[in-house]
Amino acid sequence: MNASTRYGPGIISGRLRPRPYHSALRGERIGYVGALSSCLFAALVSFFLILAGPARAQDNAALVQRFATESFNDIVGAVNGLATSGSPRAAPVIEALRDGRLVYRASDRAVFIRRPDNSFVNALTGDPAADIGTTRPVRLNNNVRRAIDAAVGALSLLHPDPARRISAAEAVFKSRDGTALAALEAAIGQERDARIKTLMEEARAAVVVANPQASEADRIAAIGIIQRRGDQDALAMLGSLPATTPPLVREAAESAAVGIRRTLAVWEAGQNVWHGISLGSVLLLAAIGLAITFGVMGVINMAHGEMVMIGAYTTFVVQQVIRTFAPGLMDASLFIALPMAFLVAGAIGVAIERLIIRHLYGRALETLLATWGVSLVLQQAVRSWFGPTNREVTTPSWMSGSIEIGHLAITANRLAIIVFAAIVFAALLVFLKRTPFGLQTRAVTQNRRMAGAMGIRTNWVDAFTFGLGSGIAGLAGVALSQIDNVSPNLGQAYIIDSFMVVVFGGVGNLWGTLVAAMTLGIANKLLEPYAGAVLGKILLLVFIILFIQKRPRGLFALKGRAVE
Amino acid sequence: MLNLKSKVLGLVAGAAMAAGVLAAPAKAQEPIKIGILHSLSGTMAISETTLKDVMLMLIEEQNKRGGVLGRKLEPVVVDPASNWPLFAEKARELITQAKVAVTFGCWTSVSRKSVLPVFEELNSILFYPVQYEGEESSPNIFYTGAAPNQQAIPAIDYLLAEGVKRFVLEGTDYVYPRTTNRILEAYLLSKGIKAEDISTNYTPFGHSDWQTRVAAIKRFGSTGVKTAVVSTVNGDANVPFYKELGNQGVKATDIPVVAFSVGEEELAGIDTKPLVGHLAAWNYFQSVDTPANRDFIARWRAFKKNERAVTNDPMEAHVIGFAMWVKAVEAAGTTDATAVRRAMIGIAVPNLTGGISTMMPNHHITKPVLIGEIQENGQIQTVWQTPGTVVAQEWSPHLEGSRDLIADHRPPMNCGNFNVRTGRCGGAPR
Repeated sequence: MNASTRYGPGIISGRLRPRPYHSALRGERIGYVGALSSCLFAALVSFFLILAGPARAQDNAALVQRFATESFNDIVGAVNGLATSGSPRAAPVIEALRDGRLVYRASDRAVFIRRPDNSFVNALTGDPAADIGTTRPVRLNNNVRRAIDAAVGALSLLHPDPARRISAAEAVFKSRDGTALAALEAAIGQERDARIKTLMEEARAAVVVANPQASEADRIAAIGIIQRRGDQDALAMLGSLPATTPPLVREAAESAAVGIRRTLAVWEAGQNVWHGISLGSVLLLAAIGLAITFGVMGVINMAHGEMVMIGAYTTFVVQQVIRTFAPGLMDASLFIALPMAFLVAGAIGVAIERLIIRHLYGRALETLLATWGVSLVLQQAVRSWFGPTNREVTTPSWMSGSIEIGHLAITANRLAIIVFAAIVFAALLVFLKRTPFGLQTRAVTQNRRMAGAMGIRTNWVDAFTFGLGSGIAGLAGVALSQIDNVSPNLGQAYIIDSFMVVVFGGVGNLWGTLVAAMTLGIANKLLEPYAGAVLGKILLLVFIILFIQKRPRGLFALKGRAVE
Repeated sequence: MLNLKSKVLGLVAGAAMAAGVLAAPAKAQEPIKIGILHSLSGTMAISETTLKDVMLMLIEEQNKRGGVLGRKLEPVVVDPASNWPLFAEKARELITQAKVAVTFGCWTSVSRKSVLPVFEELNSILFYPVQYEGEESSPNIFYTGAAPNQQAIPAIDYLLAEGVKRFVLEGTDYVYPRTTNRILEAYLLSKGIKAEDISTNYTPFGHSDWQTRVAAIKRFGSTGVKTAVVSTVNGDANVPFYKELGNQGVKATDIPVVAFSVGEEELAGIDTKPLVGHLAAWNYFQSVDTPANRDFIARWRAFKKNERAVTNDPMEAHVIGFAMWVKAVEAAGTTDATAVRRAMIGIAVPNLTGGISTMMPNHHITKPVLIGEIQENGQIQTVWQTPGTVVAQEWSPHLEGSRDLIADHRPPMNCGNFNVRTGRCGGAPR
C-alpha cells in the first residue's frame, strides 16, 4: 500500500501527499521549503554523524568523486559508500542527488551541488563555486532512487517532521538495511508518537528477520510483529527471505504469510465494493442529467456526452485563467469551475433545445439523428478550438493521494466524486420535488396538455428542463475531468453507459437512476477481477438486455396515467 | 475486319504515344503529390494530428531545398476520421484520384491492415511510422516503426537484468497488444520465468476506471518477488491508468511500469510527479542530446510556433521514412512505385539519435532501442540503450508458425513471407 500514508489497521486518518499543481510556477516555493527542511535535516544528520566519527578529508574526496560517472551501478555504489561513511557531507550530497541538483564536471570529476537559486557549491567542501564551466547532471534511475530512499531513510529517523520520520521508517522497512539498526534503536527510544513508534518497531523487525546473524528466536519473534502489520508490504517482506534462511524461520514466515493473505482476502472484497460504489457514482453523475432529458422529457439526446465534455473543458479554461491571474486560488479551481460549467453547458443545452429539438418533439428517430449530428459538431468544434490532444486539468492537492482505512485504500479523488455525486443527486431531488419550477416540470412531463391548460408555459419549461439536464452534465464534466482524459472524445465514453443506467433504472425515475448506477457499478467491479474488464462488461450488457425483456420499463417503472 | 480493328488499335496507340510525348515536358514541371493519411478527427486524432503536421513541415523544407527531381512536392491531406474502413476508401482516393506518388500514414495496426490490400492492388507505397506487432511484410509498405524485437523484447531484457521475476502484461484489447503479449509470454517462458509469475490482462479501448486493475497489480506485486508491469495500453486509456497508479501510490521503485505506447505527447496531458521512474521503451526520445535532434526540435517548434511543442518517436519515424523516400526517388530517377520500391532497399539515412538507419530487404529499418525513465518535467531520460542499431525481426522467432518465415523483397525472392522449411513463398509472389 502507499508507503507514505499507511497507518495501523483501523485508524481512520491520513496525510494526503501534496501534489504541486504546477511545478514551473511553484518551483520557487518548493525550492524554499525544500531548502529550509534540508538545512534543518543536514544539521541534524551532521550532528548524528559527527558522533559516529569524523572521516578523513581525502576519503571524503574519493567518496564524493565517485558520483562523477555515467554508470548507474557506480552511482549506487557512491550513494551507499557515502551514506555509510559517516561523512558530514553525506546528507547534502545525497539530498541534492535525489532532487536532481547534483552535477559534475567531466574534465576533472569535480562534483557540485546546484542550489535552488541556481548558484553552485562544491559538493565536497560546501564552499560556493563560481564559473564551474560545463557540467553534466548526475543521473538517476530506479536503482539509484532505491539506494537514496534507503540512505535517506536511515539518516532521517530522527527528523523533527513526523511525516519524514514515517517515510524514513517505511524506507528502512523496505530496504532492511542492517546498518540502520543502531539508528533505529535510538529512534525507537526517543519516539513519542505511538503510531510512528509502531512503524519503527516493524522496520526493526524487518531488519532482524532479514539479518542472517540474528538468532532464530529473535527472527521468529520479529515475524510475529510483521504479521501484526498485515499489509501487502508485510507480505512482500515475508515472501522475499533469502534461500539460506533456516527452515524454522522460513516456516514461521510462511504461516504468517498465509494468515495475512486470509485477512487481506476479506479486505479485498470490501475493496471491490468500494470500487463499485466509486464506479457507480461516476455512472450516476454521467447519467443523472440524461435521466432528466431522456427520462423526464423523453428526448433521446445523443449530444449528452458532449455536455459532459464541455463541462470538462470549462474546467480546463477556468484553471488556465486562474493560473494566469490568481495562482493562489488553484486549490479552489474546481469550486469556481462548477457554476461556470453548469452555466456554459446549460446555456448550450437551452440553445440546442430552442434551435433544434423543439421542432422535433414526438419524432424520436429524427431527434436521435439530429442530436447525434449536434454531438459530432460539438466534438469537432472543440477539436478545432482546443486541439485534438488531451488538455491537462490539474488535480487540486486535496484530491490527490490516498487514505487507508484498515487495509482499504481510499483514493481521495474517488471519495470526492462519490460525495459530489450524492450532493448533486440530493440537490436535484429537492429541486424537482420542492420548488415551483420542479412542480411545473413534473406537471408538464406527466400531462403536457393539462399543464398547458393550467397556464404553464410548456415550451419554456421544456427549454429550461433541457438546460437543467445539460447543466448537470456539465457538472459531471468537472468531476470527470479529474479521473479521465479531457479530450474531444470524453463524452462518447459515457453516452452508452448513461443510456444503460437510465433505461435499466426505469425511465423518468431519479431513484431508479441511483439504484441502477450503483447496481451496475458494483456488479461491474465484482465481476471484473474474475471475468476481466471486457467480459465483465459483456456479461452486464447481456444481463440488462434480458432484464429489459422481462421488465421493459426498468427497475422502477412509472405507474398510472403518466405512463401513457 | 481483323485488319480494320488492328488499324484502329494502332492509330489509337499512336495517338496515345504522341500525347504522352507531348505531355511529358509539361508533366516534369508538375508537382509530385504526397498523400498524408492520418486521422484528424475521432479517437486517434490525439496521436495522428502531429504526424500530419510533421509531414507538412518536412515537405515544406524539401521544397525550400528545391523539391525532388527538380519538381516541387505537394501534400494531399485526407482525414480518415479514426474509422478503419474509411482508411481504405481514403487510400484508394489518394492513389486513384489524387494520383499520389507515395503515402505516409496510419497509426493503429487495424488501420494498416485495412489499407494494405489497397496499396498492394494499386501498387503504391505506404510509409507506416508506428511501432507494431510484426507478423507482416508487404511489398508495398515500408515499416519505419519498431518491430517487437526493436522495442518489447529489449525492454523485457532490461527488466530481467534488473532482477524482475514477475510480470504483469497489461494491454488494450486489440491486435497489437494481443500479438505482442503472445510473443512476450513465449519469450519470458523461454527465459525461465514460470507461467504463474506472468499475469496477462486486457481492458477495452478508452478504459477509464483502473481502480480494480491497479489494486490487482499491487496484489500481484506483493509476494516479495520483484515485479514489473509491461504495458501495451494504447491511446487515451493511459492517462487514467497513470493517474490511478499515482493515486494508489504504485511507485517506480516498487513496481515499475514499462510502456510501449506512452511518449512525450501522452505525458503532456498528465501531472508526471508521481510517475517519476516509470519506464518507456522507444527508438527515440525528445531528450536525446544530439546535434541532429536539437536541430529537429528547434525546426519543429518554429514550424508549430510553439516554444513548448514536444516531439516523439513516430515523428522521428516519419523523418527517417521521408528522407529515405527522397533518396530512393533520386536514386531511381522516377517516382514510379516499382522502381522506388527496388531503390529503397539498402538506403541509409542518419536518424535523430546519432546513428544511421538502413532500410532492410524485409522493408523494416534498423533502429537503436532506448529505455528511458519518466522525469518530473514529462520528458523521458534514457537509462539504457543498445550499443548499435537493431535489425527488425518482422516474423517473430518466438512464435510457432512465424519462426520459419522470412521476408526479402529483393529479386529473386520477392516474398514477404517465405517459408524456409517448405521453401515456398506463403503468399502470392509479386
